Amino acid sequence: MIRDVAIVGAGWSGFRSVTPELSHKELMYDAAVRAYEDAGIDPRRDVDTFVTVGEDYHEGISIFDEYVPDQLGAVQRPVQSIAGEGIQGLASAVMQILTGRFDIAVVEGHSKASNIMTLPHVLAFAMDPVFNRPLAVHPYAIAGMEMLRYLSETATTPEECAAVVAKNRSNALFNPLAGYGASISIDDVLIAEPIAEPLSRLECAGHSDGSVVFVLAAGESARVLSDHPIWIRGIGWANDTFWLESRPWGDARYARAAGEMAFRTAGIRSPSKEIDFAEVDDTFAYKELQHLEALGFCSWGTAGEWTLEGGTALGGEFPVNPSGGALGEGHLLDATGLARVLEVVLQLRGQAGQRQIDAAEVGLAFGWRGVPTTAGAAVVLSN
Amino acid sequence: MEEFVYDSVYLSSDDFREGRVLFEMWEPNARYAWDAGVAISRYLQGLKAAKLIGRSCPDCSRVLVPPRMFCESCFYPTDKWVTLRDTGTVLTFSRCYITWDLIQLEEPQMPAVIEIDGASSGMGIMHMLGEVDPEALAIGMRVRAVWKPPDERSGSITDIAYFRPLEE
Ligand SMILES: [Zn+2]
Repeated sequence: MIRDVAIVGAGWSGFRSVTPELSHKELMYDAAVRAYEDAGIDPRRDVDTFVTVGEDYHEGISIFDEYVPDQLGAVQRPVQSIAGEGIQGLASAVMQILTGRFDIAVVEGHSKASNIMTLPHVLAFAMDPVFNRPLAVHPYAIAGMEMLRYLSETATTPEECAAVVAKNRSNALFNPLAGYGASISIDDVLIAEPIAEPLSRLECAGHSDGSVVFVLAAGESARVLSDHPIWIRGIGWANDTFWLESRPWGDARYARAAGEMAFRTAGIRSPSKEIDFAEVDDTFAYKELQHLEALGFCSWGTAGEWTLEGGTALGGEFPVNPSGGALGEGHLLDATGLARVLEVVLQLRGQAGQRQIDAAEVGLAFGWRGVPTTAGAAVVLSN
Repeated sequence: MEEFVYDSVYLSSDDFREGRVLFEMWEPNARYAWDAGVAISRYLQGLKAAKLIGRSCPDCSRVLVPPRMFCESCFYPTDKWVTLRDTGTVLTFSRCYITWDLIQLEEPQMPAVIEIDGASSGMGIMHMLGEVDPEALAIGMRVRAVWKPPDERSGSITDIAYFRPLEE
């Protein structure tokens, strides 16, 4: 990249299935205070630009960006709100720093999923109104169809997908932030009732409320502010064709494209050799496998076997979702990708407590915007 | 400039009602139950008890109403509940001849921002004015809240029926 950019502050709040004691603004304020304290900055004085990710239908208010500045300390400052995956928001903040016009940027994402009384309806409203919505199919059926196609194209087994759930929810037990930690077996997952075959209930991430805030700084500022800046080496994002009628159902091509862009900017030729661990979207268990393959951490169709053998476990050769992922932390709507980034930051700083990975030097975070989208974003971070 | 005129007809609402054109129509089923949090909850409880409550910032000493848990100016946590009077001064107003759902009005609605006594300068709440000749409205007018009877108050901004001129 033409300028070095690092994460110098990280804050979070919530990460629980309900947060009735705090309004969404108070939740965001809580996360922002921690991030600014972590970075040792005063947002009213030091931050040059703010980016928030969110989606009006998730907020329950139109033009929600009006409601963002106060709780971030961003009143009368440059503020941009984007409807996108959290890592797309991070990319936007990085680009603003790369312009040379801004030195310190803040990015925020949040979820008050528990406040959306009709979340499946809101999700279904994302389906094409002419071609798909009249069929009145729950959007999770898209995940079921995608999973079936993925299994049949790769010979991945339901057991291998279930192993993702057992691993991630077990990892979450070591993560004080995660609300969905559990010790469950592969069999538990397989005998759970189907949501949309072959997808079982336990293979779908539950929802969480929460907020994640990062402070980003350009090279020199980052070195001044932090003893341990986490460098953003490369970032990329991509969408595939939307058509359910003709999208590539087995292969997460959007993840491949996003990863290639991030690796290209990071100068990474062999992701599996140059990266030590990853946090990748696991909104549905099979998605973790599909994303690992598309990102090039293993060859096509082998992620399931790798997972079943423990290769991606906490003590494995390439830990995946040490935080517990979305299955273990809960899905944070548009902030889900930022939760993936948060864990990479904590791991690289050596602040991951009981789930700390030895000699974690380079990590990748990958976010997906969920059904029915084909939107993904990847970021490579390092010490 | 050359003008292109296409041989076309305008669609009427009857065309849709009577199915003469093909169309898809959807209404979102988007319902929400927001967590009010600390500041708004306390404010609504106050309204139910016919009290206006604010919150003060220890950094800039402003009294904020409606209350909030942080000062947007200082980015500092507020730390004290303040009970305010239910009187104030009209900061700005409008005579509005359409309702929010576009019904034309003969007698205007009178939305106003009222700087509340006891809150800091420029700190007001938005409400409606009533019991006043629309032509008599003026910036700086002194007003008082007209509260609904206790059994009609529900912990809502509409627990105040409106503000009316204050006889001083
Ligand atoms: Zn203040």
